[in-house]
Amino acid sequence: MSVLAPEDRQPENPDQPARRGATPAGPSELAMWFSDGWTVTKRNLIKLKRSPDMLIFAVLQPIMFVLLFSQIYGGSIEVEGSDYTQYLMAGIFAQTVIFGSTFSGSAMAQDLKDGIIDRFRTLPMSPSAVLVGRTNSDLVLNTLSVTIMMGTGFLVGWRVTTSFSSVLAGIGLLLLFSYAFSWVMALLGMSVKSPEVINNASFMILFPLTFISIAFVQSQNLPGPLETFANWNPVSALVQAVRELFGNTGTVPTPDVWPMQNAVLTVLIGAAFMLVVFVPLCVRKFASISSR
Amino acid sequence: MAIIEAEGLKKIYSSKSGPVHALDGMNLSVPQGTVKALLGPNGAGKTTVVKILTTLIQPTAGTAHIDGIDVRRNPKAARRIIGVSGQYAAVDENLTGLENLEMVGRLYHLGAREARRRAQELIDQFELTEAGNRPVKGFSGGMRRRIDLAGALVINPKILFLDEPTTGLDPRSRISLWGIIQDLVKDGTTLLLTTQYLEEADQLSDDIAVIDGGRTIAEGTSDQLKAQIGGHRVVVSLVDAADAGAATQILARHGEGEPVVGADGRSIEVAVTEGPRALQYILSELGEGGIHLHDAGMRRPSLDDVFLQLTGHRAEDTEQSAPQKEAAA
Repeated sequence: MSVLAPEDRQPENPDQPARRGATPAGPSELAMWFSDGWTVTKRNLIKLKRSPDMLIFAVLQPIMFVLLFSQIYGGSIEVEGSDYTQYLMAGIFAQTVIFGSTFSGSAMAQDLKDGIIDRFRTLPMSPSAVLVGRTNSDLVLNTLSVTIMMGTGFLVGWRVTTSFSSVLAGIGLLLLFSYAFSWVMALLGMSVKSPEVINNASFMILFPLTFISIAFVQSQNLPGPLETFANWNPVSALVQAVRELFGNTGTVPTPDVWPMQNAVLTVLIGAAFMLVVFVPLCVRKFASISSR
Repeated sequence: MAIIEAEGLKKIYSSKSGPVHALDGMNLSVPQGTVKALLGPNGAGKTTVVKILTTLIQPTAGTAHIDGIDVRRNPKAARRIIGVSGQYAAVDENLTGLENLEMVGRLYHLGAREARRRAQELIDQFELTEAGNRPVKGFSGGMRRRIDLAGALVINPKILFLDEPTTGLDPRSRISLWGIIQDLVKDGTTLLLTTQYLEEADQLSDDIAVIDGGRTIAEGTSDQLKAQIGGHRVVVSLVDAADAGAATQILARHGEGEPVVGADGRSIEVAVTEGPRALQYILSELGEGGIHLHDAGMRRPSLDDVFLQLTGHRAEDTEQSAPQKEAAA
């Protein structure tokens, strides 16, 4: 048996270190970054297609949430100044995409456990490609979730009352925030010992974070400290921003704190902060991890 | 300069019970085109060496070069010339065999068509054709290992690293994988192999480094290592275990050191200096004593004997903790 391989087509001389300094992302580096990121994204999407449980979860969970909340709590929870279904939808959107982002964490932990990270790390690929591919596929999944939730919401009587561009901006904000949050979760995923830890931790942290917010109730009805927490909670800012962009605020008063009054800006700042801090941290962490 | 050159490698991990010296000043030198086996029990430091040389982890101290490239300073250049296959088959369960290899090819920056062509070629060569288009999930442990190994060969790597390539495989898959590896190194690929199986090191490598406690404790060809402890072994197998006492005394008289009685209580073994003569004497005395034998013979010392002599413990003893999860055919 002969195992002859084609000549290794490298853009650079293997004996020379990658060019650095003047052009940190020279054309070949940038091309490599795109191509490697795409290769890993494709891998994750194939995976998604082939594990129906994950896909069903991603499709059914949002439908279930929309129906449960609108049909069960819709009759019992009063929000002064808005129909509850109109009020609720932005909250469900935000909660679902945030939970969707935790998948980046458990998937990184799983890849680490399976040893495939070791394979990637011995290949001459772009050092951020695995992370880019990972967060990209969460973005795809979250886009799918949002689409399904909007469709389901429409069926139960939810309506947007603003312009098309405003609605697009709302969707964009949901996806941006959750994409940035994926990087936070990816770092966590690379720092824990098993994928289960991520699932449990996200349950313990994200449920309070999404419920002690204005996602499902008005903060003014919460007891003192919880009201303050809800008003400053970034999830509340996301919900408020999306509610405004979809035109679902009705005449519900906006809590009188800066992040609530400037919700869209708050979300943009928050997402930028997460990306600026966690992308470099993730890339650095990735360069030193190995299974076992 | 040898193509793999490591000097004074140390790796210290911190743990709850204090620092763990996974490597304690390891030196390693592998000439181009040769096969070197790192032989040692679990925890000896074999995998740690491979991880350092393949840029996965950084040593606490020491230097490591492959093909003149400092793996600490220039991991990216190092990654372009190596192929790695680890202890746990690092394949994506949800991708088919073909997709796995294609992905690896793309990440080595082969063009899309070239990556596909090469993946198909490897699938054919490794006799995975019928499995190439099914997700790896349904494959046996042996098949996964073969895909993983194929992944290490997508480019024709200058240096191949195989970390315990057959651990956990059943004997049939192991022998089949040995065949593949023997074919590979025929055309001059440099291979660094780790194993805890003495037979594997003997079968596959030109040169063996015996590793224990993070250091190289002996180095040489299989024959050189065996010669280090010299002589032959005389082995007899008794019909009646009740004769063991008397037989042991006879073997002790003609052997060097204490005879070793096997777990079955019937086979007894002793090291001797002049093999054929000792065997003659032992057989005639056993005959005079009316002790009946199933079998009797002489053998060259095995690597296990070498290991026992060098470390004071048997290499095979530690294998119970070896992963068996992929033992399906």
